Amino acid sequence: MIIGLDVGGTHTDVVLLDNAGLLREVKVTTDASDLFRSVLKGLDAVTEGVNSADIRRIVLSTTLTTNAVIQNTIPAVGMIVSAGPGIDPEHFRTNPHYICVKGSIDHRGREVEPVRPEEILAAAEHFRDNGIRQVGVVGKFSVRNPAHEIRIGELLGDSFDKIFLGHRVSGSLNFGRRIATTYLNAAVYPIHKSFFDAVLNSLSAKGMHLPLRLLKADGGNMKLEASIEYPAQTILSGPAASVMGAVAMAAGDEDAIVMDIGGTTTDLAVLIGRAPVLDPHGIAIGPYRTVIRSLETLSIGMGGDSAVRLQNGRLSVGPHREGPAVLFGGSTPTPTDALAVMGDMAHDDCGRARDGLKPVADQMGVSVEALADQVVETACRAMLEAAERLTAHINGKPVYTLHEFKEGYRVQPRSVIVLGGPAPYFARRLQRLTPMQVRVVPRWQVANAIGAALARTTCEVGLFADTEQKVANAPAENFRQAITDGYDLEAATTQALGLLRAKALERGANPDYLEMEVVESQQFNMVRGFTTSGRNIRVRVQVKPGLIHGYDNLLKSLAAGGEQSA
Amino acid sequence: MLRAKNRVGLVFFPAYDWAISPSHPEREERLLYTQDQILEEGLFDIEGIVELKPDPVVLADIQRVHFCVPDAWSIATESHFISAGGAKTVGMAVLERRVDKGFALVRPPGHHAMRVAHGSRGFCNINIEAVMIEFLRRKYGVDRVAIVDTDCHHGDGTQDIYWHDPNTLFISMHQDGRTLYPGSGFPGELGGPNAVGTTLNIPLPPHTSEEGFLHVIRHAVRPILDDFKPQLVVNSAGQDNHYTDPITNMNFSAQGYAELTSILNADIAVLEGGYSIEGALPYVNLGIVLAMAGLDYSKVREPDYDRRQIRQTETVTDAVKNVTDLILSCWQGRNQLREKMLEKRDSHRRTRRIYYDTDGFSESQQEEVKICEACGGALRIDSVSDRGPHILAVHIPRKACPQCRRAGLQWYEQAAAKRFDRVFLQDGGEDKFIVKKN
Repeated sequence: MIIGLDVGGTHTDVVLLDNAGLLREVKVTTDASDLFRSVLKGLDAVTEGVNSADIRRIVLSTTLTTNAVIQNTIPAVGMIVSAGPGIDPEHFRTNPHYICVKGSIDHRGREVEPVRPEEILAAAEHFRDNGIRQVGVVGKFSVRNPAHEIRIGELLGDSFDKIFLGHRVSGSLNFGRRIATTYLNAAVYPIHKSFFDAVLNSLSAKGMHLPLRLLKADGGNMKLEASIEYPAQTILSGPAASVMGAVAMAAGDEDAIVMDIGGTTTDLAVLIGRAPVLDPHGIAIGPYRTVIRSLETLSIGMGGDSAVRLQNGRLSVGPHREGPAVLFGGSTPTPTDALAVMGDMAHDDCGRARDGLKPVADQMGVSVEALADQVVETACRAMLEAAERLTAHINGKPVYTLHEFKEGYRVQPRSVIVLGGPAPYFARRLQRLTPMQVRVVPRWQVANAIGAALARTTCEVGLFADTEQKVANAPAENFRQAITDGYDLEAATTQALGLLRAKALERGANPDYLEMEVVESQQFNMVRGFTTSGRNIRVRVQVKPGLIHGYDNLLKSLAAGGEQSA
Repeated sequence: MLRAKNRVGLVFFPAYDWAISPSHPEREERLLYTQDQILEEGLFDIEGIVELKPDPVVLADIQRVHFCVPDAWSIATESHFISAGGAKTVGMAVLERRVDKGFALVRPPGHHAMRVAHGSRGFCNINIEAVMIEFLRRKYGVDRVAIVDTDCHHGDGTQDIYWHDPNTLFISMHQDGRTLYPGSGFPGELGGPNAVGTTLNIPLPPHTSEEGFLHVIRHAVRPILDDFKPQLVVNSAGQDNHYTDPITNMNFSAQGYAELTSILNADIAVLEGGYSIEGALPYVNLGIVLAMAGLDYSKVREPDYDRRQIRQTETVTDAVKNVTDLILSCWQGRNQLREKMLEKRDSHRRTRRIYYDTDGFSESQQEEVKICEACGGALRIDSVSDRGPHILAVHIPRKACPQCRRAGLQWYEQAAAKRFDRVFLQDGGEDKFIVKKN
């Protein structure tokens, strides 16, 4: 049995499932001031009377780190940044104790200017004087050569709780994002660690010694132990849970749009062959842009509770929410009220919805029914227009080779998979407006928790080799190896896949069903004068997000349990 | 977070699977380190800097500019269609005001490609700036355009295409043609009889440094541009004046390029040459983009930059000052010169041999242009290459007067198809391109 738990803003959804089907589903109210209690309440409810020995894993998706960042309830952190020539590193400042130091590395990983130990020792003293316990260290081009970050880490000594080095967060080039990501890791580390220590303690107090896994923003999971080094990867896992829930219930391998329709927003994602499309850069949260891998999503201010009003004589729906629907005690009419008036959503007290819409209908000089129809249509058109925009954005990504230019894959969605509170009510109208097939996710109320439960372990590895400098480098994996002249793209790919396999297993992947893929493989002859001086090789490999193996029967039963076609 | 003062649209197309030959300067690796630098600097994360995906150009875009022999498919590879398309994409974004400025960081380059193209010259097959400009003129009605070519090599292809066009100001500053390919671009080259003075050449002595380049930009290029009042300024942004460039002899720097970009204030920049792929391009490109965006570039410098090492001598300084003054006086005296040229009769002829160094063959041209006060003049080019094809190319300017238009049509109609392998008509007024085959 597996438990999937997703802490949302209002509800915490929990499911217990095995290959036979969905065994239990529970919703408890989220107490934003005490997420720990919310999680435990959910777990208690779903495991009541279950033999804990039968539970194979628990996958949690929480808003813990997300909230900490958004509400800025994070402790002071020390940052040491070394940039060298280029954009002034002050522009990437993340926090007050952010110290720029000398020392630089160039684009091929060669040292341009050494580290100055006295600067680092002075920074360490400053941090200590300010009671700082976590430090982040980031150098420009550290992913090409981490020597300076490692040296700075050593100089900082052991007087801090935790030191995060920039090259460990990602193998990708992007100095500013690496700074932000390293900062976030350092900043959320203490709350993340104490929270999950507490969860583990209270589970073992109940005699449950279960392997915990956490969902990441890319729709994959990792073991709790691994998350201690990368706590920021749990930021914004919520949207990923819903998308993985849609993957679990997507029919067929065709390209599809996922629409998670909520009260305030509709969040869209794209599936290609049952795998969500990833954002090539990383998540953005508050003022921080990161290298944390995530799904490519688009969020629009359109949902069941979007405010309906007349603006300059024209009907407007959204982008803001001003409270619940009139039907549920609010004062501003919403698409939910419109759905009730039209009979799409059954409710005992449709009169209230009608009363809510009437003033706007009167102003427009139309019947309440006509207005309701127009409101739902406006909302649905906005959602479909967003789907088009997201598709165009994905297809519009620049490519750098003739081959990709000609052969590059173009997304062509054939279906729309909707989930979220008001999903089934919008589905029928969506279907009238689009040639794509609109499907409502069965069990849409807990699809997010199902998604968390069934997500596989994901990770990626970037490897960079330079035969002139005779080194192969996968900085995020702490891997650096001397190579010979004969080292080529094939050798690099094999090596990268080996590193990926080891990493995936360490993070909790199933060794028997490890789907690895090569995302990028490039080899350049480096010519200096008229002779080839070496090869410059770049390889990226990944385990992409998807579902764990062995739950086909469950998926069938979920689908049979009532796929609602629009 | 950084926010650009000017919105900048960037097309980056490094063509990682295209090379002239494996060890040629124009090879796969050329923009690799530039990409590393701009990714690491997070250039595309800067608010206001957007990366645009290029749309390739279409055949008509190339035919609006070139007479490709025997046809466009034989001259332009897919890579050229995309690189010219990169310039076009950037140009469209600027003219549609989606961005304030644009930079096409593309390869292969184009400024050595002339109006008649039998093959590849100076690593160029089709002139990507001209293809862009003529498209923008057609689509958005832009008329007066200035092109400032800051590549180290004389932009002889662009010069050739706009030699007779009084509505296009072409200024090339480059290493003295007596010391570098293509061996042209002297101050006396001022344009054809109908367009005297709208071609200007500023040859600079070897080892010219920051001081010299910026002097020319401040004291010649900028005042001449202010005088010409173009609706669009295009920079052919070659980067081979850099002190580390392996095939030239100049002493320019990333700081200097950034400052030049800032003073020049072009609407659109298009990458041309630049072959110091590790030591220069990553820093020069970063400097150019920051300068276009109106952002601080004071910390952009090469790891081995030492201002004293690259300082120019007094002899160089004097030579630069002299050529600057000379060009200014050419510009100021252009109208008198033009009047003198227009006194000549009916038409003007010239005969040329053009060498295609990249492909290794020569072309002979006999060119005739109608002397005309009202337009650029009908143009007739009889061209044959060592490789064989003999063609006649007739060009009617975009804003041709009725007489020149008639003359052009007559040339085309009367050309005996038997004498030539191909007879081409490029009708700028009608935006038409037709071919008669033997």
